[in-house]
Amino acid sequence: MLEIKVGQGSCGISAGAGKVYDALQSALAEQKIDANLSVTGCIGMCFLEPIVDVYADGSLTRLVRVTPKDVPAIADFLRTGDASAVASLVIADEDSAFLSKQTRIALRNCGVIDPESLADAAAHGGYAALRKAVTEMTPEQVIDVIKVSGLAGRGGAGFPTWFKWNAARQSAGSEKYLICNADEGDPGAFMDRAVIEGDPHALIEGMLIGAYAIGAKEAIVYVRAEYPLAIRRLEKAIADAKAAGYIGDNIFGTDFSCEFRIKAGAGAFVCGEETALIESLEGQRGMPRLKPPFPAQSGYWHKPSNINNVETFANVAWIINNGGEAFAAMGTDDSKGTKVFALTGKIKRGGLVEIPMGKTLRDVVFDIGGGMRADKAFKGVQLGGPSGGCVPRELIDTVIDYKKLSATGAIMGSGGMVIMDESTCMVRMAKFFLEFTTKESCGKCVACRIGTKRLLEILTRICDGEGREGDIELLEDLCARIKENALCGLGQTAPNPVLTTIRYFRDEYEAHIRDKRCPAGECTALVRYAIDPDKCRGCSLCSRKCPVGAISGEIGKPFVIDSALCIRCGQCAEVCKFGAVRKG
Amino acid sequence: MDDNSKLRELRAVLDTYRGIPGSLITVLQKAQGIYGYLPQDVLGLVAAELDIPPARVFGVATFYTQFRFRPVGKYFIELCKGTACHVNGADTIARTITETLGIADGETTADGLFSLKCVACLGCCSLSPVMMVNGETYGSLTPAKVRDILSQKRKEAQDNA
Ligand SMILES: Cc1cc2nc3c(=O)[nH]c(=O)nc-3n(C[C@H](O)[C@H](O)[C@H](O)COP(=O)(O)O)c2cc1C
Ligand code: FES
Repeated sequence: MLEIKVGQGSCGISAGAGKVYDALQSALAEQKIDANLSVTGCIGMCFLEPIVDVYADGSLTRLVRVTPKDVPAIADFLRTGDASAVASLVIADEDSAFLSKQTRIALRNCGVIDPESLADAAAHGGYAALRKAVTEMTPEQVIDVIKVSGLAGRGGAGFPTWFKWNAARQSAGSEKYLICNADEGDPGAFMDRAVIEGDPHALIEGMLIGAYAIGAKEAIVYVRAEYPLAIRRLEKAIADAKAAGYIGDNIFGTDFSCEFRIKAGAGAFVCGEETALIESLEGQRGMPRLKPPFPAQSGYWHKPSNINNVETFANVAWIINNGGEAFAAMGTDDSKGTKVFALTGKIKRGGLVEIPMGKTLRDVVFDIGGGMRADKAFKGVQLGGPSGGCVPRELIDTVIDYKKLSATGAIMGSGGMVIMDESTCMVRMAKFFLEFTTKESCGKCVACRIGTKRLLEILTRICDGEGREGDIELLEDLCARIKENALCGLGQTAPNPVLTTIRYFRDEYEAHIRDKRCPAGECTALVRYAIDPDKCRGCSLCSRKCPVGAISGEIGKPFVIDSALCIRCGQCAEVCKFGAVRKG
Repeated sequence: MDDNSKLRELRAVLDTYRGIPGSLITVLQKAQGIYGYLPQDVLGLVAAELDIPPARVFGVATFYTQFRFRPVGKYFIELCKGTACHVNGADTIARTITETLGIADGETTADGLFSLKCVACLGCCSLSPVMMVNGETYGSLTPAKVRDILSQKRKEAQDNA
């Protein structure tokens, strides 16, 4: 029997996977081809979407960058089995290596199973670990296995999971809550979305095991509203799991009972912080609470609560099935297991990468990601989003491990990994993150609300060519004070992008301030456009495009830009057919 | 949907959630689903029906970026300003939209056709820069591609009229 799977995560759908699916469906019906067509989640090779996997007698032919126009050729291939019809679509070996170099635990079923089918999840081992945990193990034994595994929180802080579970279990009271943080606020990261869209049952199973361990009777997933497909698939998975008896009363005939629900967020980065998330769950403005007390003592409705990230939970069933030792065998002394990264930016092969801890940044960026997309020099890696920092080229051999990454001034973070090349201005990068944190600061504490605003003002004037001598020191001083005085993690980490860019790219700050120059050529106010007289053919296109009449000349002769009039919109460079407009 | 049936639908939502503590955000989401935005009198009704002070309802509604207080245009453009999109030129795309339509972030064109909202990450970072128009994603944008999409939408609206 032929099996055809079309990758339909949000990324695949954006790339046109839905249209490919529809075209395949009609082709199969019209040509009476006996094949089983289904949907799967994101396999993580976003740079190759839409992807169509064809399984014939268990052997896989992976077709990439498929468009509806390719469907007749695919139909020929399905009918005849002759792969030459689709030769141009078959994935290249070097692209296949993107997957084969990974170790997939949290993503074990993503892009493999049909996320909307409980039967498919069960056929891939789904809910076996839940059965084992509730029928053969005590909650303490479950916590013990997690302890042996060394699993640490994948949401950013890297706190040992067993410790939090144990604290919530030890807390007095019978009403306890288990909460999943699926707010995924780091702009530029999509690991959690891929897990929920690709393998929602892995999340549900991990959460139910967690609920059993801490003694919770209700499990809640807080998902950001920007992920409608993830919410839809999770809703279906919950309904199916309920119908199968994995959720509800007396699970697997034991006295363990647990209800399950979803709460959609409404767009606020600070709600990723666990106490703000709890406020939001209670229907309030998402403003963080002072800690202690920690959620394990007093959380949702002031009851003991445990909050973990999606990826953290996605590892749990695998650990119960394979043992804590198997998980702990991967990684470094400090960091165990694997970590998923969302590789984006100027990278050649962007997508999801899951690798054992202990690999280096170079392994991810160059070996798996294939290096830079354009022929430009690699500049650095941004890790951990607005709470993280930029690791420069010189530190590319840094080992992926919580402590080693923190030592660079960046953090492991939740998995966002944005690659920058020489055309990225690092001052502007810092400004970008401060624009974000200023907007997202909840306003509760002064250090964050006003401090981030002042940081942004200074960064803005530097990018506008109005930086002053002493601004770098002023930034550093302000950063230290914000870190020390902010109430929650948002404010405490907001200075990180500024501090790391100053630490590693101080020369760029100095060039902006002293020489009024942006070495990357990104800060519009500091950029100068000029026409190369050797390349200009005098076609006048640029002068006709220029919105302010700053370009003049005689047809057939080189044109010139009056930089006093120029507003640096860059349209001349965009329209020139001869590459004659230089930016510098 | 006329005003009366909208109100009926909203009342049904209020009846469902009245007794459930902590449901304010969910109720506001459903109200925005019905009206397309949150009109002032709807906020007042929610406050009265759920017995929550209007100031608190307004405070919660203005805290979250999902909620809006004015109707949006026929084509709702959500432009990603996340990190990956920033690195790949989202600012140029924003400038192109603003120049083409004459609207900035949060504004709607005079003819009520387009609204622009800048958002942080649509989760399709590998296709950056990315924007969404009425929920449909467009990736790997260039200024030329954006101008094409916008004029195509405008034409579509004219053809329908
Ligand atoms: C400003 C801020 C935003 C955060 N955003 C997220 C997030 O989007 N997802 C997440 O899992 N954790 C986020 N965290 C971390 C959570 O507070 C919490 O530590 C985490 O969810 C715990 O789960 P873990 O132990 O499994 O990592 C954020 C923290 C801060 C301070
Ligand atoms: S950063 Fe734009 S889609 Fe993620």
